[in-house]
Amino acid sequence: MAAHEILAATNAVVTLDVAIPGIVWPWFVTMNMWAKSIGTGVIFMLFILMRMHPESVKNLRLPTAIAAFVFINIFLLFTLADLHQPFRMWHIFFYPHLTSAITIGSFMASTFLGLLTLLVFLAWKKQDETYDKVFLWVTILAIPVTLYTAALLAQCTARELWQMPAESAQMILAATLSGSAFMILLGGSKLTYEAKQTLGVVLGLSALMAFIIYMSEYVFGPMKAEEIAFTLEYIKGDGPYTVMFWLGQWMTFIIPMVLIVLSRSSKSEAILKLAAILALVGLFMVKHVWLIIPQLLPMS
Amino acid sequence: MQLGFLVDLHLCMGCKGCEIACKVENEVPLSTWRLRVKYVDVGTFPETKRTFTPLRCNHCENAPCERICPVSALHYLDNGIVNIDKERCIGCAGCIMACPYGAIYIDPQTQTADKCTYCAHRIASSMMPACVVACPVEANIFGDLDDASSNISRYIQVNQSNVQVRKPEKGTNPHHYYVGGGNVSLNPLASHRVDGHSLFNKITTLPVGGHH
Ligand code: SF4
Ligand code: SF4
Repeated sequence: MAAHEILAATNAVVTLDVAIPGIVWPWFVTMNMWAKSIGTGVIFMLFILMRMHPESVKNLRLPTAIAAFVFINIFLLFTLADLHQPFRMWHIFFYPHLTSAITIGSFMASTFLGLLTLLVFLAWKKQDETYDKVFLWVTILAIPVTLYTAALLAQCTARELWQMPAESAQMILAATLSGSAFMILLGGSKLTYEAKQTLGVVLGLSALMAFIIYMSEYVFGPMKAEEIAFTLEYIKGDGPYTVMFWLGQWMTFIIPMVLIVLSRSSKSEAILKLAAILALVGLFMVKHVWLIIPQLLPMS
Repeated sequence: MQLGFLVDLHLCMGCKGCEIACKVENEVPLSTWRLRVKYVDVGTFPETKRTFTPLRCNHCENAPCERICPVSALHYLDNGIVNIDKERCIGCAGCIMACPYGAIYIDPQTQTADKCTYCAHRIASSMMPACVVACPVEANIFGDLDDASSNISRYIQVNQSNVQVRKPEKGTNPHHYYVGGGNVSLNPLASHRVDGHSLFNKITTLPVGGHH
């Protein structure tokens, strides 16, 4: 029996109404979340490497700062492109409304981009000491920057699939997952085997925790709210997003977890890289499905 | 002053007069609506019943659309109306996502958000909203909820046990009430929405703002 059913007793059918709006936030917003996860995630990973494998970090300051800079720019570009009035973006800074996660997020992301630009400059000038001092603040700021989209989703009343604190956890895990995956690929020969193993552990654990949260919502969400039950129908049975949902779960979480175990037992870096690539590609799908399905709900 | 609406669903006969009056008064563009009347058929032939529900912005006391708007384009007026400043809107569509009642659309011409304003411009000239004037059976009752002697307040008092708002569990405190509503008429998830409910075509969804 479907989790959400309209009673046969009432047999209620909409017989005359207007067409309702389709998707409001399209794949541009998926791109926003995906790029932001990588842009903040690589910062978290460099921070971990600085403490656990300082010898690996020497040649990674500049590439990491450039990668974060590029992905945060992609995130901002797609955010801007998604606006119906992009040339009015400046209104956010001149008429800010501080209850909005969009406002707070814009302020933080702009500051973050400024600091990343500074990091690129410092790394280029080889001023490592100053770099490391600024880097601490960049890492701290990366946390709310990656979390604010969760706050934004939580502000969408009646799109009950997006709940706090689950979304916060998913955003930070997406950052550690994609950050570690990207760093494995970016590090190449600059990283020691041990450093790569550390990144592999972060990737595997992030995948495990994110997968547990998704599955918990999948199973228990429908018991909490009618909207969630209705929304999850789109990824159950022959729902329109079922294939994309499961493909995303396998590519991003299940297969990389297995591959990481295999790479540790076989000491294979190639397998680790494969896990990283799958996780990065799959994350886009996972985020996209979760973004789209609550938008398919009729609101009135 | 807290302006509010009440629709007596016992009286509404689904003529869509209010819908058209709103379209004309506010020059609401093609493919968008500030107010619409939804028909839901209930039961199995021959035991069937048709319900009519006018749906507009609720002018929530605790409005998620106002809270999420990054530039305060959506804002409260002193009389309780949740108004919109289209010149300030950046078209982020946050409000469309935040409104639990699907009351906001992107105007395809201006590419900014828009919605029912309870005809704030008419109120400012001491006129009733266009939909109230158009209703042939006076099913739309509009007035000051702070004034115990207003029509709407008296209506609420008389019908106390039968006054509902949409989705009360969302904590939005709508200033828009229904008398004689039920789950089927007020809860969009309680009815099937299938192809063919538009009168002249099979289109069930439209692109927001004409693109994306
Ligand atoms: S019904 Fe929607 S648009 Fe109207 S005030 Fe409430 S949240 Fe805002
Ligand atoms: S679309 Fe306009 S009115 Fe709606 S939240 Fe964004 S800026 Fe505010």
